[in-house]
Amino acid sequence: MDILQMLVVIAVLVLLVKPLGTYVYHVFSNEQNRLDKVYGGTEQFIYRLIGLKRREGMSWKVYALSFIATNIVLVAFSYLILRLQNALPFNPNAIGSMEPTLTFNTVISFMTNTNLQHYSGESSLSYFSQMAVIIMMMFTSAATGFSAAIAFVRGITSKGKTIGNFFEDFVKAHTRIFLPISFIFTLVLVALQVPQTLDPTLTVKTLEGAMQQIAIGPVASLESIKHLGTNGGGFFGANSAHPFENPSPLTNVIEILCMWALPAALPYTFGLYAKNKKQGWVIFSAMMCLFLVFLSVAYTSEKVGSPAMNTLGIDASQGSMEGKEVRFGIAQSALFTTVTAAATTGTVNNMHDTLTPLGGLVPLAEMMLNVVFGGKGVGLINMLMYAILAVFICGLMVGRTPEFLGRKIEPREMKLIAIAILAHPFIILVPTAIAFMTDLGQGAISNPGFHGISQVLYEYTSAAANNGSGFEGLGDNTPFWNISTGLVMLFGRYISIIAMLAVAGSLVRKQPVPETIGTFRTDNALYTGLLIGTVLLIGALTFLPVIVLGPVAEYLTLR
Amino acid sequence: MDSQSKSGSGNGFSILSVAIRISIVFMIICGILYPLASTGAAQLLFPHQANGSLLKDSSSEVTGSELIGQSFTDPGFFQGRVSSIDHNAAGSGSNNFAPSNPALIERTKASIEEWKANNPEVPVDQVPIALITNSGSGLDPHITPKSASVQIPRISKVTGLSQAELETLVKEHIEGRDLGLFGEERVNVLKLNLALSAKLGK
Repeated sequence: MDILQMLVVIAVLVLLVKPLGTYVYHVFSNEQNRLDKVYGGTEQFIYRLIGLKRREGMSWKVYALSFIATNIVLVAFSYLILRLQNALPFNPNAIGSMEPTLTFNTVISFMTNTNLQHYSGESSLSYFSQMAVIIMMMFTSAATGFSAAIAFVRGITSKGKTIGNFFEDFVKAHTRIFLPISFIFTLVLVALQVPQTLDPTLTVKTLEGAMQQIAIGPVASLESIKHLGTNGGGFFGANSAHPFENPSPLTNVIEILCMWALPAALPYTFGLYAKNKKQGWVIFSAMMCLFLVFLSVAYTSEKVGSPAMNTLGIDASQGSMEGKEVRFGIAQSALFTTVTAAATTGTVNNMHDTLTPLGGLVPLAEMMLNVVFGGKGVGLINMLMYAILAVFICGLMVGRTPEFLGRKIEPREMKLIAIAILAHPFIILVPTAIAFMTDLGQGAISNPGFHGISQVLYEYTSAAANNGSGFEGLGDNTPFWNISTGLVMLFGRYISIIAMLAVAGSLVRKQPVPETIGTFRTDNALYTGLLIGTVLLIGALTFLPVIVLGPVAEYLTLR
Repeated sequence: MDSQSKSGSGNGFSILSVAIRISIVFMIICGILYPLASTGAAQLLFPHQANGSLLKDSSSEVTGSELIGQSFTDPGFFQGRVSSIDHNAAGSGSNNFAPSNPALIERTKASIEEWKANNPEVPVDQVPIALITNSGSGLDPHITPKSASVQIPRISKVTGLSQAELETLVKEHIEGRDLGLFGEERVNVLKLNLALSAKLGK
């Protein structure tokens, strides 16, 4: 039953890829289509409101500038709201102003689609902040990432000087994808018992006569965009393990598919842009192969459980249940964990800190690779970055100028890709080392031994991959952690997006090379294997030593 | 796509102006209109669910939410899972013990000793791991069906109800997998105890 229920979810996902990928293509292809009738009017109205007169294409520099400017403005507004939330409306629980470094961390976290949370929603945010900052940024950061991915795909698949208009992409991502789908799923989740109210925290008299407080709020409207936008920040501290955020296995499956479907459909969209659907399926297959390996490890490891618990004489046949919920059991927990780390959502339905050593290694490794489906848009960009690297390495081996989709890959592109690939381990490993060298960093560790190393490593990996889940025992609401992870999230988000937009800007201007018999094909099984190999090779070379110090050492010493 | 990227939205000032206006527009749409419209529609269509799926006792007083676990200390009630926050749903979470954390083993050993003292009839190797581990939320409303049935001998002794009666009661409260496939079989502790308490006429 466990295996079957996981396979059914995966099968539904695969069925969604083609229709959803086609839909996304029609949204952004800027060709006339039926959707214009439905959404055109609203969009024209928004274009007028924002003063966007002509929607001509932008060079990559203007595109990057536009999305950075928009993000900066959103960050500024949000910072003010969180600092002033005590004086703003919709604050029935009388929550005070947020501390400056925590506010810095929170706004960066949500703008970068990370949703690392150093606060607990129940006690630190007013309903107004939950809506106007958290929910708002869940939409806008997802739309930003999505737009960047589409612009990148346009750059590597078309010929011209421009990669699209950021503001138009940003508006369409909202009106045609995120807003309508979120609204529908909000109502579905409410029907399945997720609360949606503006009433304050309830107080009830329990069956045994004690008083119980129950935090509540506009949960469902956050829950749907949290997954759809691969954001992951919970309304409550316990995130999707909280019964109000995720009341049943059915909502669990819906949340899994919501966060997984769009990242999984993007490779198909890419195939449509490249006018070669097989090219899209190659990228999808590489992602899915890696995913299945990770899922198998997570499930097996949690099912076997921890030897330290299994030898206490209890009936431990169910598997490792510490930090998990009974309604989900092992299968729905392992699947959720593998998907949340793959899609870099960062929502959790079980506490990752309590996972068995190898079970905990799964999300960690997925975030280190950062290409197994990946977050809204960014995962596809990263995978294509590796795709170009793979043709480059193969080109070197056979002594030919590497080409990808009919474009020559030259030093300028490779330098930019090298920067993007090296930045990721750099912003994980250097801050981790700094944290270990200082009392400020070490003081936050809550679990002794090798697991403490994993806690710190996980925090920075999650920040760099813009995932946002945590080994939550870590006492991370201090200025040191708020500022250091805030900076890591910033670099993790913008370095790779800007570098890859630059690659797109450079490729879009190149004269396509005609395909010949000697062209190295990038749409077959051999290339899929090479791509997976490249991803694993780079990942292993950069991260293996530190993984051995953390999860592997814990696994080997756990008795 | 045309190539006139230098005109229109191409200059710095107009980019900033559009960026500010687009931010304000989407703060209003996504941050205010969307959640308020969702709240309105949810309250209209599904008021029970939207307000926390509250349960009432026999005297129709609200006694909790069917989704939020409660603490039960009376040995005559079925008990839920370990909660480091004592089921205080003003917050949520657990103490995030890693499998290698000695505190986890100590806590579990203490739970085992407590079990032995309160349930001499049921040997420890019958106790499911889910019953003596901390849930992720600290608010788990469910236990596994077996976690309920191992508590029957104790409850029978305290309340005087026969084991067969209690077994029927537990069986009636087993919720199956969703759509017959997803998740695990489970028993809602609060609902079960409400039924038990009605049976005892408390």
